[in-house]
Amino acid sequence: MPVSITSSQLIYDSLKACGITILSALPETWLVHLIRMAEEDPAMTLVRLAKEEEGVGISAGAHLAGAKSAMLMQNHGLLQSINGIVSLTRLYRIPLLMLISYRGEFGERDPWQTEGGGVTEAVLQTLAVPFARLDEPGHVAARIHKAQTLADSSLKPVALLLCRDLMWEE
Amino acid sequence: MLRMDAMRAIYPQLERCVVVTIMGATAAELQALGHRPNFFYLQHAMGLASSMGLGIALSRPELKVVVLDGDGSVLMNLGGLTTLARYRPPNLVHVIFDNESLLSVGGFPTATASGSDLAGIAAAAGITRAISVRALDAFAVAFEEAIATNELSVIVAKVDAVGPRAFVTDLPLLENRFQFARYLKQRGQADQGRLPQESAT
Repeated sequence: MPVSITSSQLIYDSLKACGITILSALPETWLVHLIRMAEEDPAMTLVRLAKEEEGVGISAGAHLAGAKSAMLMQNHGLLQSINGIVSLTRLYRIPLLMLISYRGEFGERDPWQTEGGGVTEAVLQTLAVPFARLDEPGHVAARIHKAQTLADSSLKPVALLLCRDLMWEE
Repeated sequence: MLRMDAMRAIYPQLERCVVVTIMGATAAELQALGHRPNFFYLQHAMGLASSMGLGIALSRPELKVVVLDGDGSVLMNLGGLTTLARYRPPNLVHVIFDNESLLSVGGFPTATASGSDLAGIAAAAGITRAISVRALDAFAVAFEEAIATNELSVIVAKVDAVGPRAFVTDLPLLENRFQFARYLKQRGQADQGRLPQESAT
């Protein structure tokens, strides 16, 4: 499976450097190494979800309890999480760091991923969620750190889009 | 059983717990009994109260977390019961007031009115301490046992489909949110301060 281990490790290390101690996740192909790293890390609490919106609630609870957390999901998981993002994190001004694998972009071969890919950025814009792309290793650590900083200062959700060029090695 | 009476029966025990409630009647009635800084009312995002409780329980294992949920909300996040069962935080008590109705939005029947059994669903999800009670004294006993035990508990309390006339209270959502977070922070600092020197490292 040509999911980049190097990039996954870089992302994981950057999350750790931000003090993330709880990761909630729903598996998807590009996230396999990240989820395994969280699973093997005794200092990380990994919460495997049944549906992504649960992760919004878990992160909100963790924040109010003083713990730093992040969500790992596919962009279709973002679509599943919209009410939680609006009616919990935005309504109650709660920071939320979302790492979203950006399926269905240029280069996508799976037909079933393409509709979600086409609406991802428009949905984030409509929700007024600031987002940035992670598409090359050089800016991963800095962008994750800056995203976390903005989430904490604005008390709002932010998103990082994990892109094909970073996650997939052809 | 009236939900108000059930909450009144456990109210003294909620003082040392961290409490997350759902919206509508449950939030309004608990506030009518008396708001405390350790109570958070999730006034929307139906289904996520139990997920918030899980997030708090995992982050702060030293605290007892009580979620006051409802049948309509739980039915929106049945998968969440499987997540609770998977991580089974021993410090979480999940109370589900089941009035078989979406009372706060017009009183339409939920699936529990036609036989869906939430305690059965919780048990089948893998939560071994899951019971259903109909009488007030049985509820009070079940809650006391759940607080005393060191195991994830689900208590489904069958209650009448009645609630207050109005749901909006004079506690703004954000005031509640920041007060609750501050309570959790100060409680952590206070508990830290009481730790013996050697275990504080």
